[in-house]
Formats: sequence, C-alpha cells, structure tokens
Amino acid sequence: MCLGVPARVMEVTGEAATVDVGGARRDISLMLVDGVTVGDWVILHAGFAIQKLDPEEAEKTLALLREFADAPEIS
Amino acid sequence: MRLRYLDEFRDPATARAIVDRIGNTWDGPPVRLMEVCGTHTMAIARSGIRQLLSGRVTFLSGPGCPVCVTPAAYLDRAIALGKERGVILATFGDMVRVPGTRSSLERERGKGLDVRTVYSPLDAVALAEREKEKEVVFLGVGFETTTPAIAGAIVMAAETGVPNFSVLSSVRTIPGAMEILASDPETGIEGFLCPAHVSAIIGSNAYLPLAEKYAIPCVVAGFEPIDILLGTLMLLRQKTEGAARVENEYARVATREGNRKALGLVSRVFEECDAPWRGIGVLPHTGLRIANRFSSLDAQIKFGLADFGTEEHTPCRCGDILKGKISPPDCPLFGTTCTPAEPAGPCMVSGEGTCSAYFKYGVP
Amino acid sequence: MAEKILLAHGEGGKRTRDLIRSVVLTRFGNPVLDPLLDSGLLGRIDGEIAFTTDAYIVTPPVFPGGDIGRLAVCGTLNDLAVCGANPVAISCSLILEEGLPVGELEGVLDSMREAAREGAVTIACGDTKVVERGKGDRIFITTSGVGTLLPGWRPSPQTVMPGDRVILTGTMGDHQVAVLIARNRLELSAEVLSDAAPLSPMLLDILVRFGADVRFMRDPTRGGVGVSLIEMAESTRRRIILEEALLPVSPAVRGVCEILGFDPLYLANEGKAILLVSPSASDAVVSALRRHPYGRGAAVVGEVTEGPPGVLLRTTVGGLRAVDYPVGDQLPRIC
Repeated sequence: MCLGVPARVMEVTGEAATVDVGGARRDISLMLVDGVTVGDWVILHAGFAIQKLDPEEAEKTLALLREFADAPEIS
Repeated sequence: MRLRYLDEFRDPATARAIVDRIGNTWDGPPVRLMEVCGTHTMAIARSGIRQLLSGRVTFLSGPGCPVCVTPAAYLDRAIALGKERGVILATFGDMVRVPGTRSSLERERGKGLDVRTVYSPLDAVALAEREKEKEVVFLGVGFETTTPAIAGAIVMAAETGVPNFSVLSSVRTIPGAMEILASDPETGIEGFLCPAHVSAIIGSNAYLPLAEKYAIPCVVAGFEPIDILLGTLMLLRQKTEGAARVENEYARVATREGNRKALGLVSRVFEECDAPWRGIGVLPHTGLRIANRFSSLDAQIKFGLADFGTEEHTPCRCGDILKGKISPPDCPLFGTTCTPAEPAGPCMVSGEGTCSAYFKYGVP
Repeated sequence: MAEKILLAHGEGGKRTRDLIRSVVLTRFGNPVLDPLLDSGLLGRIDGEIAFTTDAYIVTPPVFPGGDIGRLAVCGTLNDLAVCGANPVAISCSLILEEGLPVGELEGVLDSMREAAREGAVTIACGDTKVVERGKGDRIFITTSGVGTLLPGWRPSPQTVMPGDRVILTGTMGDHQVAVLIARNRLELSAEVLSDAAPLSPMLLDILVRFGADVRFMRDPTRGGVGVSLIEMAESTRRRIILEEALLPVSPAVRGVCEILGFDPLYLANEGKAILLVSPSASDAVVSALRRHPYGRGAAVVGEVTEGPPGVLLRTTVGGLRAVDYPVGDQLPRIC
C-alpha cells in the first residue's frame, strides 16, 4: 500500500515543489514535510512528499551492502 | 542511466551474496515470516524472492492490502452514490476492478457511472474545483502511508473552500492488525517484515510493544529486492539469537519517531475508531474516521450512509489468506472460478493482492 | 475551404469532393490515387501477397513524437514487415468528427504522407466519412495494407528452438508514456517521444541478410513486449526466459513507471520489433540493427529454453517468476 519513489527536489515554491525521477517531473505538495530545499531527496507518494530521504543513512546501508558483495564468504 | 536510490538496491551480485549469507545463517525448517504490506507481497513475488528463498523462508502475506480489506459494502455504497445521486467518484486506480457484492467500479463505468482515476487525492480536489455543478467523492482507501495525503487533501479543500468535495473514508492502521495476528497461535508468525512507508510515517518505535509482548522480531525493510533480502537476513539472525528486537533496514527513510508533521495532520483530521476488515471482521482501534470539525467533507455524513459491515456469503477464503493461515492454492476457488480477470474476492484483485501475486508470478 | 469539418463534408457531394481535392490530393497525390476511381488500380503484382488491416483511435490525436496519422501508416507497414512483406499499397479510411479543425486534419495527413514516403508505400485509395459531434473522437483512421513477401523467407514459429535468442530492437514503453503525458490528466511531464516509426527498411534488410536465422518476428503494440512474448511462446510452443537486467527502458519512462506503479513490460510500443534468432547469428543481427536509426537500442533480452510453453522472467536479483497476461490497462496505483 506504499508505492513511494525517491525523487530529487528541483524547485520549491512555498508548500509545493517540482521533483524529478529519472527525467519525469511532477509538481507535488510539501504539506507533510518541513525543511525541504532544492537538491534534497524525498519519497513521493500520491502527489506528496511523505518523508525526506537521508543520503548519509543511505550511504551507510550501501557501504554495508558493498561489504556483502565484496566478502560473501565471511559469516 | 540509473535511478538513484533504487538501482543500487537491485544489484545482482549483492543479492547473490545476501542469499548465500541467508543460507549460511539458517538451515532449520523454513522460518515463517509475515510481510504485512501489499507492496512487500508483490515485490517478493515479482522479484522472484519467494522462489529464491523457498525452503528457507515461508513468507506469509498479511492483510496490508487496503484494497483487499475494504468491505464490499463500501464499494456497493460508492456505486449507489454514483448511480442514484449522479456523484463523480474519484479513486486511486487500485480500487477500480475490485468486486463489491455484485459489481465493480469498472463494470459500472461501462454502464455510465462517472468514475475518474486519480494519482493523488489533490487531483480529486482539483477535479471538484473544475466540476462545480457536481459532487465529487474521493474514495479514501489506504493505510498510514496514504492517510496523511488524504488528510492533506481534506485540509486543502476546507481551507480553499471546495464545498462539492468530500471523502468516503476507508483508512486503516496496521499495528492493531499485526497484534491480532501475532496473538493468534494458528498463524505461527516467527518474524514480521514491517512495511517501509507505513513505518516512514509511524516510526519504527511503533512496533516495540509488539516485539516485547509477543517476543516476535520486527524488521522495517524497504521495498527494493535488496532491502527485502537484507531485512530477511536480519530477521533470521535474530531468530538464531532467540532475540525479539525492532530493527530498521530502511534507515534512509524510516526513523524511530516517524514523520511527526504528517502524524499531527492526521490527528487533526481523523479520529480513531473500530474498523471492519473484509474477510476478517471488525478489529478494534484499527480505523480512522473523519473528525467532526471536518464533517462537511465526510461523504458518509454528507450523504447519510450507514456504517459498513463485513457480512459476505462467499466460499472465498480471503479471510484466512489475509491472516496468513492458508496460502492461495489452498482456497478452492483459486485459479478455477477466481482469477485476475474474474476475481471472486479481494485477494485476487490485480496488483497487490496475495492471490493475484501467486497467480501472476508463480512458476509452474 | 471551411475552417472546421462539417457533416456536409461526408455526404459525398461537392463538399466532399472539394475536401478531397484541396486537403487530401494535394498531400497524397500519386498516379494511383489521382484519378479518384472507386478503386485504386495497382497493376500486376509479382510475388505472394500479405494483407493486413488496423484501426487507430488514439486520444489525443497529436502527441510528442507523432500523431494518429503517423501511427496509422507505421502500424500497417510494421505488420507487413514483421511477416517479411515489402509494402506495396495502403488504404486510408477516415472517420472525422463534426467540428474537427481542418488544420488538425491537414497536420495528420501531412504525417501520413511523410510516413508513407519514408516507408516507400503508395497511398492507393481512401474514404472519408463525418459523424455528428460527440459520436466520434476527433479522428479515427483505418488503414489496410498490401505487401509482397520476400522470396525465401516466411515467418516460421515452428522452427524456433531452445537456444534461440530473443532480440528487442529498442526501448520499451515510449509510445504509451508519450500519449499518457499528452492526455495531461496525471500532471506529469517528461521528455518522452512516441517511437512510432516505419520499420520495413530495417527489418527487410535484416531478413535479406540473415534469412532463416531469423525464425519469427512480431511488433509489440498494445499489451507491450510482455503480451507479444506470451503470444509468441504460444505460437512457437516454446518456453522463453527474459532477463530483466537486459530489458531496455529509457530513464524517463522508468521514472514515470516508478511514480505511477506501471510495468514497462506491458506498455505499448509503435516502432519496435521482437525477433527470435538463431544463437549463431544473434550478435551479428544486433550489430546490423544498431546501424539503423530505429534500431540503435537493439539488444538480446532473453532466450528460448527447454520446458513447457510460456514466458518467465529472471529478475535482477536472480529469482525466476512467470510473466502472465495483464488484466486491463494499467492504472496509477498507491500499492
């Protein structure tokens, strides 16, 4: 029940923003999140940003995943 | 060109490594993990993870499919509103083919019912602003991921002044349903894969009481294949430790507290109530109804509709499937009189239903 | 010439004649059509004949990358091409809605002329009818096409064998996404152009060069590559396994699909072909396709294997799952 896609914020106008997913763009509402600026990443669901995506946390998870891929034998 | 924050979580080499690690972590009988969310059900089937991990993990699909658990009577009333009062019904695409007691929105559209598919509840408000002569009722179906968006649309309509817009609410909350399932010994759940975006709203702390009371590990996991594999590994690791913690694989979006602003908006617009779950019955404290201050936007009040019960006389076993007690092939209607083209019950509705996922993606 | 199409334009009288002369013949004029006989006389045709027909009702009639006219001509040419037929002539039957701006009709006819020229086919005959306002959807077009089969090549589903490769000539879903955006009901914008294109020169060139190494071809229109492959698996009675990681999709189409919850596998294409090719010729066929402007994105996307007829997908994470018919059109989802 939760299709949400990571989208990059391209423009912000008050409580609205234009976001981009791979080149597809949509105007969306920022009613549900505070402190969103151009360049941020948000999760887009049903025309709203429902949460921000934290690039640092993403990088932590990706680093963990890289360990898996590099050393799969070590338990 | 990759889609950032999506493609990294679909990498084949990483996936293979995690699958190997899962094999090394657990070699007992298949662990029964319930994934509550319809999006997880579909992702697990579509990505072939069900098949990849068969023998190690039995994924039970829970009732986290808002379309599947919306009572047939809700659809019947919506159709009647459209036919008898000339109301325009605005809906997410997910609802269009769901069978009510006798018919569906799609079938009725063929006979003249005005049904418009929208991507966002805000589009339904905009529709009402354009079609000033008609009433527009938005079918507000969803869990905590979607409820804030519906709340936002209601507030927007109230503040802008769109008198011909209202919402027929059928929103539900997940933790209460998870509790019912966790407390039912027949389901035998050994771990919960918790929904990514519901958790983004309610926060991973929401599952702490569940993990403690029923000693079931809970891991919040994203919807990409690698998220699901990693979340599964984390659950299996807890299983080997005998632990029952709440962990968060989807830390890039879900936090412990969730989205306070969204939750605040929801509590401004909605009030908790008991809710009927199709195939299951009434579950206490699992529903939200529109608060009195917004009653002019509540279609149930505006049009004087009675509450929706869950009485249905059907040999369909969606109820047991939604509780994870049986799997789709166990239902006598599966694949015979119930198929995606002619669904007999909500679980077969195309898209996120458990039976639909089995039917469409199962390898013979 | 009036600015809008009137019912009188379809009545077969002077208005019809005026419309045909000033709007149609000025664009399509050729020795077969010019005499305006009741039939186009094609002369003696050497070779075995292929014959196809299709109706086009797309809305809106104009979209990024093309219009209903281009679609109509390309669609019919491609149906002939995937059967190995050189196009000879097409018909053009128009049903116009009263009130249609003549300028819009002229634009569509220009596209048809251009596509016919590119596809080297004669527009040999046609018809024009007008329906009352509200009884049509601006323009409907039906085209039928006649072609001659290349000597020595026939579509041969029965020769498809395990080991044969599945080649797709380019990215999936461009046409349907372009039309979706043009309908503008979802407030999405993306630079996606319809891929409508006449594939005869490219495909016939491949057939002449590779002959029976190309076993069978289809063009994946409604229902996308997914439905076409399911049908190909049925006609060949073979199992096809697709590799998800190899399926070509442009980033913008992917973006739209991720936002709306669509699967590009089932989105319509209008300028693509699926070829089932012997393993020994597969790489050379892909290279040859890539030298054509409409085949730049060509790639092997799967393989025919042993097993019962059907289509499976090996996912990016190594799982295997079935590819089944979609139920109805895809709709924007929250789940």
